[in-house]
Amino acid sequence: MESVLQSVQGFMYPNEVELQWGILIVLYPFTTGLVAGAFILASLERVFNVEAVKPTYRLALLTALAFLLVAPLPLQLHLGHPERSLEMYLTPHTESAMAMFGFVYLWYLMVVLVLEIWLDYRKDIVLMWRDSSGPTRWLYGAMALWSDNISPASLALDDRIGRALTVIGIPSAFLLHGYVGFIFGSVKANPWWSTPLMPIVFLFSAIVSGIAAVMLVYMVTAWWRERAFDMGCLDTVARYLFYAFLIDFSLEMLDLIHRIYEADESFRALDFMVHTRLYTSQVLVQILAGTIVPLGMLGLTQLVQMSEKARRRIYAMAGVLTLIGVFAMRWNVVIGGQLFSKSFLGYTSYKMNFATREGLLPAILLLILPFVILAVLIRLLPPWKVQRRGAGVSG
Amino acid sequence: MSGWLKDKGHLARMAGLFAFGITAFLVFRWVMVPPGFGLYGHYRAGALDDARARPLQYAGRAECEGCHTDIVEARQGSRHARIGCEACHGPLIKHAQAPTEIKPTRPDGRVLCVRCHETNPWKPKGFPQVKVADHSDNGPCTACHKAHAPKIS
Ligand code: HEC
Ligand code: HEC
Ligand code: HEC
Ligand code: HEC
Repeated sequence: MESVLQSVQGFMYPNEVELQWGILIVLYPFTTGLVAGAFILASLERVFNVEAVKPTYRLALLTALAFLLVAPLPLQLHLGHPERSLEMYLTPHTESAMAMFGFVYLWYLMVVLVLEIWLDYRKDIVLMWRDSSGPTRWLYGAMALWSDNISPASLALDDRIGRALTVIGIPSAFLLHGYVGFIFGSVKANPWWSTPLMPIVFLFSAIVSGIAAVMLVYMVTAWWRERAFDMGCLDTVARYLFYAFLIDFSLEMLDLIHRIYEADESFRALDFMVHTRLYTSQVLVQILAGTIVPLGMLGLTQLVQMSEKARRRIYAMAGVLTLIGVFAMRWNVVIGGQLFSKSFLGYTSYKMNFATREGLLPAILLLILPFVILAVLIRLLPPWKVQRRGAGVSG
Repeated sequence: MSGWLKDKGHLARMAGLFAFGITAFLVFRWVMVPPGFGLYGHYRAGALDDARARPLQYAGRAECEGCHTDIVEARQGSRHARIGCEACHGPLIKHAQAPTEIKPTRPDGRVLCVRCHETNPWKPKGFPQVKVADHSDNGPCTACHKAHAPKIS
């Protein structure tokens, strides 16, 4: 008891001293955000036919899939009873937002992402099936559902359905991440969370982080494969990032101004928190290093003529800072919302463990895992044109 | 493949796969969800019988008061009168059913009283609290206070 109370300053109710939601719950909105953002970037290309960002289209879809597969794992680890999560599907409670969201997740995973990727890749899958042998042949055969029809008519049909799926996919992606903000925004008892702006702010920061992630993944894969960067593509993606970031930043500022102006009974307590316990993660990391600096850098590339190399460096740096900033935003929402007492008279602090079920180590592993999955996906379904035995260049 | 399915074969297969998945889910659900689920609410109706079948632990205040009328008298007018007997004495249904065979032990005041009365800023203001270390010279609480009517004087 004494040791626990050392983290407390002022008055805390007993159930507020220890934080229930730790770094894993920070990770969860961060990963789903990357999914939604990456998918929305892909959809932009498809729906608006933006030729320039085409090289990132498939990459964005695979990135979304890799992160979506990992997204529920932090929750499973946090709850500690993975076998029980099935109950949510078997006997869902229709009044529970979390239970209903299980279906949104499934819908998004199966109907939107997997189906869209399948339709888009079907031709490549069939070609790889024809070209391969042994177990890989069987694998690609299974992925093609043993149907090798790639006639122009069938591909045109795939394209039409894929486009329709993208259109359905956009609201689904909005729902997917809007929900995460909704979960926080609807906690009436917590003034740090409870605002109808929350889903919207979450959504836009998700778009920002998704675009930044896809941009970085594109740069890393191009560098890895020793290919020239498609600067036109990179410039366009960076421009999207800049605009999305501007909207996101304005929304966050709107939220801030609204809180300051409204100055309800919680304001002084929260203001104190932002100036003390959250100062580093909120003011320095999230707002300064994670928002204003990358925004400035991206803005600079829009205003000033720069060499390709300089732009590449700036994009890479801005992308990394953006991801750090968005992660910090999730951190400040989740952790910040639990640091102050409902009495507004005291504060606690978050003690992160390392090698425990909800510690830093599993969080790091869960951040690496999507990239491993992405590497496997890229091996299986190369997003770019590949040299094939016999067949020459195709796909 | 021929006819209108000619270029839709792969889609038909995918649709079949989805249909299979959904059917498998429904079958799985049918097997897994226990009978009676949702009959009265969002739980398994049989859980009520399970709960009913568990042995009772508490007799309830009315039961105790039926025999221990002296205690009822002792408690009259005291601020402890509102507290259930078993809140202090623990679950005693076995004693209530066989009073002479199972004789309860007397609670140890030092442990019992402190549980409720040690000073703690989270308790409501009107609640009688003492800093036990400063209060009683380490004597048993019941040396000065009567358990059933604790007010002195
Ligand atoms: C059917 C009548 C009856 C009921 C009901 C009953 N008791 Fe008793 N209780 C007795 C009798 C008789 C004794 C004395 C047993 C002995 O001394 O051998 C006794 C003894 C006790 C003692 C021990 C007294 C001592 O001298 O140490 C306690 C404490 C006690 N009862 C509490 C309770 C509580 C609490 C309840 C309610 C859950 C309860 N009793 C219900 C009849 C009853
Ligand atoms: C605030 C806690 C508390 C409550 C409530 C309480 N008791 Fe007691 N009771 C005690 C303690 C402590 C003793 C032991 C007293 C001692 O050792 O001097 C005791 C002793 C007894 C005894 C032993 C004989 C005696 O007179 O000391 C009986 C019988 C008894 N209680 C019955 C009851 C019954 C019946 C009720 C409910 C009507 C009840 N008690 C409610 C704390 C409580
Ligand atoms: C189950 C919790 C509980 C236990 C155990 C308990 N009490 Fe109490 N006590 C209370 C409550 C409740 C009140 C009355 C509060 C009220 O009326 O608002 C009270 C009131 C008192 C008072 C104030 C009486 C007055 O009239 O001003 C004293 C003194 C006291 N208890 C002493 C004791 C002692 C001594 C013991 C141990 C034998 C004990 N209590 C065990 C709950 C408990
Ligand atoms: C040496 C005698 C003595 C002992 C032992 C003793 N008390 Fe007291 N206690 C008193 C006196 C005297 C009062 C004040 C008179 C009153 O309120 O009844 C008092 C008052 C209290 C009050 C009421 C305080 C209030 O604000 O109304 C509580 C509660 C209490 N005692 C609990 C305990 C507990 C618990 C123990 C055992 C750890 C204990 N006492 C042991 C003498 C004693």
